[in-house]
Amino acid sequence: MAASSRAQVLDLYRAMLRESKHFSAYNYRTYAVRRIRDAFRENKNVKDPVEIQTLVNKAKRDLEIIRRQVMSLKSTPAVGMVSRTHIPRTGAALRNLYLPGSSSQSLPYSSSSSSEMT
Amino acid sequence: MLLRTAWRRAAAAVRAAPGPRSEAPARGLRLRVVDNAPQSAVPSDTATALEVESVLRPLYMDVQATTPLDPRVLDAMLPYLVNYYGNPHSRTHAYGWESEAAMERARQQVASLIGADPREIIFTSGATESNNIAVKGVARFYRSRKKHLITTQTEHKCVLDSCRSLEAEGFQVTYLPVKKSGIIDLKELEAAIQPDTSLVSVMTVNNEIGVKQPIAEIGQICSSRRVYFHTDAAQAVGKIPLDVNDMKIDLMSISGHKIYGPKGVGAIYIRRRPRVRVEALQSGGGQERGMRSGTVPTPLVVGLGAACEVAQQEMEYDHKWISKLAERLTKKIMNSLPDVVMNGDPEHHYPGCINLSFAYVEGESLLMALKDVALSSGSACTSASLEPSYVLRAIGTDEDLAHSSIRFGIGRFTTEEEVDYTVEKCIHHVKRLREMSPLWEMVQDGIDLKSIKWTQH
Repeated sequence: MAASSRAQVLDLYRAMLRESKHFSAYNYRTYAVRRIRDAFRENKNVKDPVEIQTLVNKAKRDLEIIRRQVMSLKSTPAVGMVSRTHIPRTGAALRNLYLPGSSSQSLPYSSSSSSEMT
Repeated sequence: MLLRTAWRRAAAAVRAAPGPRSEAPARGLRLRVVDNAPQSAVPSDTATALEVESVLRPLYMDVQATTPLDPRVLDAMLPYLVNYYGNPHSRTHAYGWESEAAMERARQQVASLIGADPREIIFTSGATESNNIAVKGVARFYRSRKKHLITTQTEHKCVLDSCRSLEAEGFQVTYLPVKKSGIIDLKELEAAIQPDTSLVSVMTVNNEIGVKQPIAEIGQICSSRRVYFHTDAAQAVGKIPLDVNDMKIDLMSISGHKIYGPKGVGAIYIRRRPRVRVEALQSGGGQERGMRSGTVPTPLVVGLGAACEVAQQEMEYDHKWISKLAERLTKKIMNSLPDVVMNGDPEHHYPGCINLSFAYVEGESLLMALKDVALSSGSACTSASLEPSYVLRAIGTDEDLAHSSIRFGIGRFTTEEEVDYTVEKCIHHVKRLREMSPLWEMVQDGIDLKSIKWTQH
């Protein structure tokens, strides 16, 4: 396999974030997004190609884990957190944090039912 | 339960029209309106109420009681629940071999987290069983020559109860008191060690107040006096760095469900060099080196091993995150409310376990008011009784403050928003409850409550 280019790493980053947003559980979703961002940010200055490849391989394995878990947890009823309408906040940005990414499937327990705000 | 009738009507309408989901903006965004007066809404539609109740749940801030499974741990466990379901002690076929390989791999993962050799790890059903094996097993093995044990007053119930049952068998137990900070006095420990002491048991991180005991120093004292040192590290493993050789620990209890692993599994570390002899509690086919007979539950131990591996990788990151959130929580609460006491030493403290006492507020009523947040006012195993926790009593908290203590647990998956919400609700309800409290009124008027003579009836 050729050494991972910057573009491949960025693609991987985007793919991981996209998949993570599909977790139906609020805590898993927020943790995954936060952890992925921090991990990529922490390692952005790594120069050694062998180390980069190790990190990329680990990230690919983690992406597979996220994919599998998102799939297997889709069938459990989505649980939402208490919404916090009485805390005055600007709605849109914060709302998007809690909405999982869009998916074309329509599921009985749609993951959108988790953590909503009005 | 936190709904206004308008929402219920709207939801009923949505359900009545089984149209395609795509018409709703942002795929099925159900607008939820939160109502703080749950009794006002007449449940017009019980089905709706039930459905909503199954979806909206309280925030989880009780990680000392148990932790959710990490997705990486679940991913590691699933194949062993579904495909590779062999008994690891079956020596004659591939199902057994692959199961055994997984079990040994998990053993290696647990051992590497605490700096031990895999042969020193025995899988059990949890930290309670590990504590029982450690305390009773060591005491009974050396019963002919050594009849004394030392433990502390703030230990977990299973250690204290094991010691009590050993007292009934004729052993002597010294329960060391703790200082106001929750930490034991090392000089008292040294003075308590007798020539016939076989075991000292001190937990690493307390589950109720989060204090860290000086394990390395205690290990040093015990090894110099030739006494075995056991530590219940259920709340500490994977959260703070532990090394059984640096800290001279002879026995250590590990719990699966405190480190984002599955419930029903744990491990005990039993030193081999120099060998610690333990009398087995559970007899059977001699599994786990004869120390704990019974089929080792492969999916659970694979989960424990994966949890330990993840914890080892994430320890620093989690510690930074949890410290940041803990700082945020304590600062916000302490700055907004007077008369709040943090129980436990502020310096030798694991940040993820914050025990606060709110003066002039009753703990139970505060817990009930904070019904959108899952909290506890003591450990889960003592929460059934009405007495204040024995740990708080041991650190010398006044009765009234002990009744008003709440334990906030922050873990790997806790978010800033959850902490902010908890803080805001807590401040709001403490203020509200204090407004209702006649004691608070008296304090505001400058009366010293300790000087009041309550009449004897």
